Amino acid sequence: MSSHYEAPIRKPLIIGDKNYHDVTVDVARPVEGRANKQWWIAFTIALAAFLWGVGCVAYTVGTGIGTWGSNKTIGWAWDITNFVWWVGIGHAGTLISAVLLLFRQKWRMAINRSAEAMTIFSVIQAAMFPVFHMGRPWLAYWVMPIPNQFGSLWVNFNSPLLWDVFAISTYLSVSLVFWWTGLLPDFAMLRDRAITPFTKRVYSILSFGWSGRAKDWQRFEEVSLVLAGLATPLVLSVHTIVSFDFATSVIPGWHTTILPPYFVAGAIFSGFAMVNTLLIIMRKVSNLEAYITIQHIELMNIIIMITGSVVGIAYITELFIAWYSGVEYEQYAFLNRATGPYWWAYLLMMTCNVVSPQVMWFKKIRTSIIGSFIISLVVNVGMWFERFVIIVSSLHRDYLPSSWTMFQPTFVDAGFFIGTIGFFFVLFLLYSRSFPVIAQAEVKSIMKTSSETYKRQREEQGNDNHSH
Amino acid sequence: MYTFSSKLKVFSFVLIVLGILGIGYSFLTAPKTIEDVEKILNEEAAHGHGGHHAEASHHDAEFTAHGPAAEESHEGHVEKAHGHEATADAHHAEAAHDHDEHHAHLEHVLHQLKNKPWAALYVPALFFMLISLGVLAFYAIQNAAQAGWSPVLFRVMEGISAYLVPGAVIVFLLLVAGVLDLHHIFIWMDEEVVKGDHLIQGKSGYLNGTFFLIRAAVFMGGWILYRQYARKKSIAQDEATDNLNFKKHFKASAGFLVFFIITESIMSWDWIMSVDPHWFSTLFGWYVFASFIVSAVTVIAMVTLYLKSKGYLEYVNNSHIHDLAKFMFGFSIFWTYLWFSQFMLIWYADIPEEITYFVTRIEEYNLPFFGMVVMNFVFPLLILVNSDFKRLSWVVVMAGIVILCGHYLDFFNMIMPAVVGDRWFIGIGEIGSVLFFLGLFILVVFTALTKAPLLAKRNPLVEESKHFHY
Repeated sequence: MSSHYEAPIRKPLIIGDKNYHDVTVDVARPVEGRANKQWWIAFTIALAAFLWGVGCVAYTVGTGIGTWGSNKTIGWAWDITNFVWWVGIGHAGTLISAVLLLFRQKWRMAINRSAEAMTIFSVIQAAMFPVFHMGRPWLAYWVMPIPNQFGSLWVNFNSPLLWDVFAISTYLSVSLVFWWTGLLPDFAMLRDRAITPFTKRVYSILSFGWSGRAKDWQRFEEVSLVLAGLATPLVLSVHTIVSFDFATSVIPGWHTTILPPYFVAGAIFSGFAMVNTLLIIMRKVSNLEAYITIQHIELMNIIIMITGSVVGIAYITELFIAWYSGVEYEQYAFLNRATGPYWWAYLLMMTCNVVSPQVMWFKKIRTSIIGSFIISLVVNVGMWFERFVIIVSSLHRDYLPSSWTMFQPTFVDAGFFIGTIGFFFVLFLLYSRSFPVIAQAEVKSIMKTSSETYKRQREEQGNDNHSH
Repeated sequence: MYTFSSKLKVFSFVLIVLGILGIGYSFLTAPKTIEDVEKILNEEAAHGHGGHHAEASHHDAEFTAHGPAAEESHEGHVEKAHGHEATADAHHAEAAHDHDEHHAHLEHVLHQLKNKPWAALYVPALFFMLISLGVLAFYAIQNAAQAGWSPVLFRVMEGISAYLVPGAVIVFLLLVAGVLDLHHIFIWMDEEVVKGDHLIQGKSGYLNGTFFLIRAAVFMGGWILYRQYARKKSIAQDEATDNLNFKKHFKASAGFLVFFIITESIMSWDWIMSVDPHWFSTLFGWYVFASFIVSAVTVIAMVTLYLKSKGYLEYVNNSHIHDLAKFMFGFSIFWTYLWFSQFMLIWYADIPEEITYFVTRIEEYNLPFFGMVVMNFVFPLLILVNSDFKRLSWVVVMAGIVILCGHYLDFFNMIMPAVVGDRWFIGIGEIGSVLFFLGLFILVVFTALTKAPLLAKRNPLVEESKHFHY
């Protein structure tokens, strides 16, 4: 796949004098050990938030959508904001495992597993909103084109909300298969190390009898590559379809052609910010600093900086074209964003998304753990507000001034959102205690090109340029 | 060192001469007066194009009714933005001023036909310049990303980007010619039109000759500056003892990419979108980018294959070609993604002020409009999906030719409907212009390739690139 030669200017991706066995031990340790007190505290908080969310959803379904702050003008508010936000976060996982694989970025190997887990857990959160923002969620199965007894009454394939159903369900299934395929060798490693019959049994089932023969590996790599090739257009199309929910409409502020690529850029942006947040904590608590190095964090920061700039360009493009169009509704939509009653949300979105990632141009900040952690959080706040601004500020004042209004969320809106955050962390915390959080098989494959030990050896003994 | 083969040099001169003849012919045969146009239309009618003429005539009746703006305008869709009043007036006009109407129609066609050789020149001038700009952007990305596979191709990319200097000068002169009223590709430059069109008046703070040329000069200046600087640093690195030049080059590339992403969008609004000054699309800048970056990678692949076939690129193997072909494939799909996003969203919402853009294209440019989607998407998708095919020179060259023709058509579709309307034709003027720019491009690029060794010697990543296998 790649040559054995590596340029000396490349920095090591595995630091400390690690050998193959060390990788195994380091990755297996969190799974094989026992959870400490902090884990239980975090898990309890997450579980409580989750259960609170379940309560709020039950209340909504039992009483009606009127428990939310949405009104006749603003039919979509927190529900869709949170939906788009979660889907966006999910995108970095596929991006890291698929796009970075296509671009042969070796640094992806330490972070892809957790990023994919994050994808799956956040798409699960996202998927709840389309169901529970329905007035009659028990009829949700009507969105499926299933032959039925209403004279075979079908769905209309013209609605982007239906495309969403296909996009999200395909995305979740493909991501799950992609993730699980990659897990097979790692589960096999845990199976082979298991001491108790129970864990042996569990990891035997999970690893599907992986035995790591040459033929298996060959096909494994082929499958990964094909899935990466399929997942890349998928990741672009999924968020594109989400953006179509708005862009196909005739609402000023929604109907704009840049939305598809700009939503995708925003998704990568917020997704990477979330990966960064989680991994900065994980490398510390799971003792994986030798694998998730400062260089990994720096590279994620650079991607955040690039996608943040792309998003910034898109903001400015929208502003410019709104003026250039000469359409007064369009012009007002943007004037209203900047100076209307939701100016603070717009300002927050602009500062968090456009200004804050620009500090990553300074090496000092992008290589600082604390700096990256803060910016990553700020970006996720900003990206939540981006969706809020797009959705609510375009709806609350559109064509007819007589239907202008405001939006006030209720505790149920907030409770549902908090519940999904809780559920996400419940899943992620359980994952980090039972799954190999680093793809050890992949990390081992770059040991000889990119570990500190081998790099030092090459420097001392000279480079053998012609070894293939 | 590469030596420019005399055969190729002669070939490029032949293309240039043929091109000049074609361009000259198209300018000389363009009608100058209303009488010429009348003659042409009568001939067309005699040859059975009557239906077409009648349709156009009705179409123009609506136009005329709208006043001086429409009279001077060359666009099929201008009147549609004001369709309501225009149609009402048109009935009146049709009854009362049959003669005037005929005269106005003749004038309208005259403007379109006068514009035709200019537009034929403008499309390839822009296309070839943007190809070399795309190569420069790709080169900057490769540098900023510290790619390990591409350094053996850097000199090829530098050679192609040499065309940016003459290419930008030519485009700039064409823009100046527009401001000086020598042609009417940009109708917002026509004061008569602006007087009668409140929409364009609203944009005149941005769309005015002086600011337009200042922007163009700044953008082109910035691009050329980076190109010359990068080339200097790249050559200096060959003989250097440390990596200082490489580091400076790296920083310049990152800076250029920021400048590029901003100027590219504005450039596409200025030089392409503003030919339809009533129409707007936020995606447009990125769509134009996708179109020329895929052409740029294709040109890199084709020049590389040519040089390799002549035995000049010792370290380039079929893995490098495979990677380039992957980019051709990927960017082709990316282009289609943006094409579809723009098209579908406008089609779906069907808002009158936007939809006219696609209505004129589908009605009057049906084959080029949908043909280019086949050439730019379906064909490369089917051919370049195969991993073995991506290593075969002839497959890459064949796919490359289709992609380049397809993207020429893309630019043709972006410019022509606004400028010549239904009077489009790919004839001597259009082909001559393409040949001229192709000849000039070959001449400049291959001359630049002779100026420096074809391997960037002390690039810290070049060893990786030499041993690259995929």
